[in-house]
Amino acid sequence: MSKVEEEGEALVDLGRSVVERALAAGADVAEAGAHSGSHLSVKVRMGEPELVEEAGSRALGLRVMLGQRVASTYTSDLSEPGQRMLIEDAIELARLSESDEFAGAPDPAELSSQSQWADLDTFDEALSQISADEALERALCGERAAFDFDPRITNSEGASFTRARGVSALVTSGGFAGSECGTYASVVVNPVADDEGGKKRSGYHWSASRHYEDLEDSRAVGEEAARRTIAQLGAKKLPTQELPVIFDKDAARSILGLFAGCVLGGAIWRKSSYLVDRVGSSVASDLVDIVDDPLLPRAPGSRAFDGEGLLSRRNVVVAGGVLKTYLMDTYSARKLALKSTGSASRSPAGGVSPSTSNLILRPGSQSRDELVANTKHGFYVTGMMGFGFNGVTGDFSRGASGFLVQDGKLAAPVSEVTISLNLDQLLRRIDAVADDLDQRTAIASPTFRVSSMTLAGS
Amino acid sequence: MKARYHAPFAERGTNAVDADIANRLLKIALDKGGDYADLFFEYSVSGSYAYDEQILKSARRAVSMGLGVRVMKGDATGYAYCEDFSFDAMKQAAETAAQIAAGGQPVAPLGVSMRGGPSRYPVSIESLDVDGEAKKAILERADRAARASDPRVVRVDASFAESVREILIANSLGQLAHDRQPLIRFGIHVIAEDGGNRQSGSSGGGGRMGLEYFDDKTPEWHAEQAVQQALLMLDAREAPAGEMDVVLAPGDSGILLHEAVGHGLEADFNRKKTSNYSERIGEEVASPLCTVVDDASLRGSRGSINVDDEGQLPTRSVLIEHGVLRGYMQDRHSADFFGTTPNGHGRRQSFRSHPMPRMTNTMLLGGQDSPEDIIRSVRHGVYAKKFGGGQVDISNGNFVFSLTEGYLIEDGRVTAPLKGVNLIGNGPEAMRNVVMLGHDFEVSDGIWTCGKEGQSVPVGVGCPTIKIASMTVGGTQVAGG
Repeated sequence: MSKVEEEGEALVDLGRSVVERALAAGADVAEAGAHSGSHLSVKVRMGEPELVEEAGSRALGLRVMLGQRVASTYTSDLSEPGQRMLIEDAIELARLSESDEFAGAPDPAELSSQSQWADLDTFDEALSQISADEALERALCGERAAFDFDPRITNSEGASFTRARGVSALVTSGGFAGSECGTYASVVVNPVADDEGGKKRSGYHWSASRHYEDLEDSRAVGEEAARRTIAQLGAKKLPTQELPVIFDKDAARSILGLFAGCVLGGAIWRKSSYLVDRVGSSVASDLVDIVDDPLLPRAPGSRAFDGEGLLSRRNVVVAGGVLKTYLMDTYSARKLALKSTGSASRSPAGGVSPSTSNLILRPGSQSRDELVANTKHGFYVTGMMGFGFNGVTGDFSRGASGFLVQDGKLAAPVSEVTISLNLDQLLRRIDAVADDLDQRTAIASPTFRVSSMTLAGS
Repeated sequence: MKARYHAPFAERGTNAVDADIANRLLKIALDKGGDYADLFFEYSVSGSYAYDEQILKSARRAVSMGLGVRVMKGDATGYAYCEDFSFDAMKQAAETAAQIAAGGQPVAPLGVSMRGGPSRYPVSIESLDVDGEAKKAILERADRAARASDPRVVRVDASFAESVREILIANSLGQLAHDRQPLIRFGIHVIAEDGGNRQSGSSGGGGRMGLEYFDDKTPEWHAEQAVQQALLMLDAREAPAGEMDVVLAPGDSGILLHEAVGHGLEADFNRKKTSNYSERIGEEVASPLCTVVDDASLRGSRGSINVDDEGQLPTRSVLIEHGVLRGYMQDRHSADFFGTTPNGHGRRQSFRSHPMPRMTNTMLLGGQDSPEDIIRSVRHGVYAKKFGGGQVDISNGNFVFSLTEGYLIEDGRVTAPLKGVNLIGNGPEAMRNVVMLGHDFEVSDGIWTCGKEGQSVPVGVGCPTIKIASMTVGGTQVAGG
């Protein structure tokens, strides 16, 4: 058994002991999550080390039910008194809670077991070997590349490198016991250039992966960060108008993230989503296919089983623009008289709610450059700011920066404008999807174009 | 009354930390030649109660504790933490943090002495020590009031959260400081439906106080605010798009100050010269009407603290005085750089994070104008009443805010409610465009949480009625289009 497997076993044993003690203390249902992790994070700035941080941590989360009264507790204090308090507090709080007819553990028949779990290749032992010196060198190399790329890069918010590993176990009184592990590495470069009028332009680029070998070269990350920073120099407002808007893949991912929040079962039964009662109807243009796929190897949101122990499955959420399903855990499925889609996520603090895993808007066939070339006049968005979204109505309005598109080419940089359109309309107006999907993030989209939106500027 | 939850490292705790233990750890931390070291012991307990569909649907509690060790050598920081207070674990954290300063001469730490002042938290009984039934009753009252107020209310959920954070800081300058920071917050969210139209409304507040908060702001009052907001939104019209005058309501609008100028005045960005306020002390950076302060000493406010997370005693920092930039918010690192003393802005999310310059309660002080005159002076504009949140790009001061409640101003009168309003602009430009300031200064009791480099801390804001000439309003309705 490898070291990480032993760590998983030890966490399962810890979880099992907490579950047994909670049952002995009077709980009818007990579910314990145990976690351990460690990370190394370094930051450099102007060619010098700025921060070296290294630590390990452990935690326990517990959810109990007394009948259908629910409570959850969390502690980072794994001492005997700490564990006792975790269990006593959970029982006390469950007594305070009121009976919820929909609460309950999943049917034991639905629980998965080890033989069913896919190997998702999310753990890279090599990552844990990276020393602080090596990490500093990777960050320094990224920052140096940004400075070398263009003399207009005159300052830096720094560059950082992080590696992390985590092992989690889940044990439930319904009979589930399992553990999973993962690693993660990232490099971020954040250069600054001087702009007119004493303003500065800060840009960044990053790479992240489960395996060290998949991490983009720091030099390439630094150069791209510099390219993005320089491109924004001299950005101006545009006049207020209606025009086609292209969301680059970073901005597009952010739009998909808003949709993600509205398709979760919790938002549906709470009626706090504009997608209530919309399964089977058109919610996007027919160019749009969206899947939630927890089974992608080496992907950031992959999981072999969900937060309640159900087997993970690939869910088609939108096909040809038609909404096929919400993403549900056991509770939200019961509220909606449907079946769980294996989408439960358990927070370290013990709470369970539905979540996306790897939510992906499927790529189209044209390249990003072709998509831009096919746009006579428009706004190409590379960054968005602010929180202007109302999930209940779908109303969307956010600050945006990017470039004017003129005759199929990226032209003058643009900032300090807002773009607005109801999300329902926005997704229906998608009239082109590019093929530039990448797998850096758990919510991922290629570049797409919306035929018309309101831009507010000067 | 003895609190139920108390830190193991406190006096008479199971792992009491005294000057001797602190000194031994500081000595290990500086053993590789660091210039400065500090120890940050933290014990925090939080609880939350969710009232939904007319029942207390879930209750939660969390305990988190540990020690963060920081070692500084020049501009470099070594940081490590551990989650138990056994000497071995703490020693290992100190040794890990010490690595940043390989080589050099060991420095002998000084003796440590406790510092402190009068408490800014008016708490008779900490909320965590009050029976859960009392909190359930508060949530029930809010739920009942919201449902009773209008038949169009189709959903209500209310929540209450409480926490206490006990900290002990010891540093190699011989300073020792302790604080116990209580915090509560209440929130209610409603959905109203009329025909096919569904809209939400919310209200909430809290601070560093106990349940006496509700003597002043009752659960029923918050319920009424939330319901009125949702009902107003049922009738709201699409917001205009383009540049126009904007009037900001007192209190909550202070969030605009927080984003538009506050962040740019945090000393780390100025040390690195990445803020657009860098090297501008003494210059006019705002309309002469504007005086901006950051004040940690407000009684019971969410952003108030007795000591900061580096053991300094914060007071009131004047940032901008009559439009002239006076100073930055400093932590130890930046204060060393600027050759000044830290002024109590070193804050961190938890023992898992190193401190940075942060805001506490950021406020634009009141002016001379009557709020009525301010509104009367606007022909066509927007009245911003409640804010959802905002974001700023420090490097150039560009910001965006979302309104959760806003109105059209037509010919000097507040008229139709608007939906989907964003305000976008540039911090320094907006501050220069402040043309009128009300005499109605107010501190918001809203639940503001500030995020920076992944670390969240509770903050407070405050301001009077403010008129800003010409700001970009990001709606959907293009004028004349």
